[in-house]
Amino acid sequence: MRTASPRTILVWTLVALVGAAGWSVLALSRGEEVSAAWMVAAALGSYAIAYRFYAKFIVHRVLKVDRTRATPAERLDNGIDFHPTDRRVLLGHHFAAIAGAGPLVGPVLAAQMGYLPGTVWIIVGVIFAGAVQDMVVLFFSTRRDGRSLGQMAREEIGPFGGAAALVATFVIMIILLGVLALVIVNALAESPWGTFSIAMTLPIALFMGFYLRVLRPGRVSEVTLIGVSLLLLAIVAGRWVAESALADTFTLEPATLVVWLVAYGFVASVLPVWMLLAPRDYLSTFMKVGTIVLLALGVVVSLPTLKMDPVTEFAGRGDGPVFAGSLFPFVFITIACGALSGFHALISSGTTPKMIQKETQIRMIGYGSMLMESSVAVMALIAASIIDPGLYFAMNAPAGVIGDSVQSASEAVANFGYSITPEELALAAKSVEEASLLSRTGGAPTLAVGVSEIFSTVTGGGLKAFWYHFAIMFEALFILTALDAGTRVGRFMLQDMLGNVHKPFRNVSWKPGLLLTSAAVTGLWGYFLWVGVHEPLGGINQLFPVFGIANQLLAAVALAVCTTLLVKSGRLKWAWITAVPLAWDATVTLTASWQKVFSSDPRVGFFEQRAIYQDAIDAGKVLPPAKSMDDMHTVVTNSTVDGVLAALLALLVLVVIADATRVCVRHLRDPAASRLSEVPYVKSELTVPDGIWATKAEKAEQAALATAAPAAPPSGPDSARTDGEP
Amino acid sequence: MTGRGPRWWRAVRWYVREFTDESAYDRYVAHARKDHPCAAVMSRRAFERKRTDRQESDPRQGFRCC
Repeated sequence: MRTASPRTILVWTLVALVGAAGWSVLALSRGEEVSAAWMVAAALGSYAIAYRFYAKFIVHRVLKVDRTRATPAERLDNGIDFHPTDRRVLLGHHFAAIAGAGPLVGPVLAAQMGYLPGTVWIIVGVIFAGAVQDMVVLFFSTRRDGRSLGQMAREEIGPFGGAAALVATFVIMIILLGVLALVIVNALAESPWGTFSIAMTLPIALFMGFYLRVLRPGRVSEVTLIGVSLLLLAIVAGRWVAESALADTFTLEPATLVVWLVAYGFVASVLPVWMLLAPRDYLSTFMKVGTIVLLALGVVVSLPTLKMDPVTEFAGRGDGPVFAGSLFPFVFITIACGALSGFHALISSGTTPKMIQKETQIRMIGYGSMLMESSVAVMALIAASIIDPGLYFAMNAPAGVIGDSVQSASEAVANFGYSITPEELALAAKSVEEASLLSRTGGAPTLAVGVSEIFSTVTGGGLKAFWYHFAIMFEALFILTALDAGTRVGRFMLQDMLGNVHKPFRNVSWKPGLLLTSAAVTGLWGYFLWVGVHEPLGGINQLFPVFGIANQLLAAVALAVCTTLLVKSGRLKWAWITAVPLAWDATVTLTASWQKVFSSDPRVGFFEQRAIYQDAIDAGKVLPPAKSMDDMHTVVTNSTVDGVLAALLALLVLVVIADATRVCVRHLRDPAASRLSEVPYVKSELTVPDGIWATKAEKAEQAALATAAPAAPPSGPDSARTDGEP
Repeated sequence: MTGRGPRWWRAVRWYVREFTDESAYDRYVAHARKDHPCAAVMSRRAFERKRTDRQESDPRQGFRCC
């Protein structure tokens, strides 16, 4: 054990003090407005401590990563999917793959309970659950040649648990796609500016695809530059269209947008990858990374004050208009991806383990990327908390609650305990050049308003409308990419499952099977999208909790696989590092599912809701917010579907957890009988640094290698080079 | 992969090429020369075609999530 130098001790004491100061101000301030700087301080201070101490402890004491052991990238290097990738590049890849709409949308919705519960869970959750899950999955998958989560579940737990995990993943994928599509519909409905800009991304992407395929193959950065310039032009041109005679053409009702989106989803997923998916992926990755960097700079430069209460009354009462239910368990369900995301396990066990150079780098790639994602969630929460709470609630409450005029909205907001005048509501919409901001649920428009406030203080007040539509474009772009890519992954899973029944389905290029499964997957998420748009009780209000539960249940599956692997690989003593987050996540999520299924509060429990509306139908009555008998029947059908789904998902995950427990107990009784499918040790020939910056010892090691073998330049820019830089 | 210009410019250029996977072809050529010196090396056009078409057969490669 080496002792720390006085300088190290001093530095880390300072970091701890910064974090502690942030937390104290956030927790103790009552009544006065707090600067977002304290939230940033609390987050960054806590992340630094967690990364330096907790993550390091897990890597070296629990997982016992081995610097001398060759990773799959080194052993199976084929120059294509298996190849040792520079750690800084892989950090970028991994982060770009895990960051999406989830961490932006969830915290915005969770702001209805105030900024404090959200901040606490985003930071504490990521440190002890989310980042641990990502890193441990990455570790075990790296030791298994990059096996997927599903394969690991099948091999390490058993065919039964594995099958349950597979079905759960498929159902979760469908709900995810439906809810993401709903977020875009709510952002683009009745907005000619937004709709035109997003529509333009299609010709832009098609042009980029043609350029890369025919004109100049492989020149990705130049085509991305061209594409992004065209994209910015499309955002600017959206305003001209909105002010011209063409405006009506691009002013679409939600129901029309649903038809367009479903048609788009189907066509995009059967077109060749090079035409649409690949080029749009370049665009959306650029916009995603670029906007996140801009937002971080904007928050730090403008340091806005938080106008939302630290904890609102909805936290205790559970009757919030954005989503129903009390703080426990629904804040955790709603924040989802920013703190703990089951979907990340699919990335950590797919592409990344095939590219990592050294086991020792999993702390930086797995844990580090997730800390970055969590900071994105913190920024989304800041953006939602700096706008006027009155405006926040007017934007996020369903139309059934606040009506469709600024007057009725203003009154409804007063009933929630906040105030905003009809004039202020109209002015807010006008400043971002939208017809109305009422009931623009789904989180994306609220985030866009917050982002436009932050950016316009930096760039001067005039550009507010541009920044609003820039933010909408940024979210819609990568949601569209997710729809396309997600439909393909869902189709792949379905083809695989159907292949067990009818062999030809297994062949992924068998055209009838491809069209059929694509149509099935688009049809399934299209159903949820349709339901969400026509839901009298508010689509986001009803569906977002189901999405959150689904995502958190997938995390439970991943944590169950990790815990089983820790036990089976002789790390029982340390199994709590994933078992405790698993217990917490399972408690939260199963409580939420239980309440969604059995609660006697009709705002929360789907079946209670169903019963009340069914009784009213039998009595011939129409209950608000439903406006007609048709609405009443819609509510009954939707609550039944949502309720059954919540119950089904919970059951599937209980099966996985029970099966995992069985395997663990069996292993403890008879360790010799259990099999561990870890790839045997092979000695590594690579010398590369562990973290972003090479340490002194690592530099010396590389210098020694460079002088010993100057004639054989290994792959990677800094392996065996003296400077550690390209 | 040295190129011209100041050091920071080369570093940025290197990072962008790696991050966008524009360097995939160079990597493939180096790999092909080293392991199979006698086999013919694909043209860049053919290689890029093959690379995007691979994603078709397994969409889980390069999947982005929520």
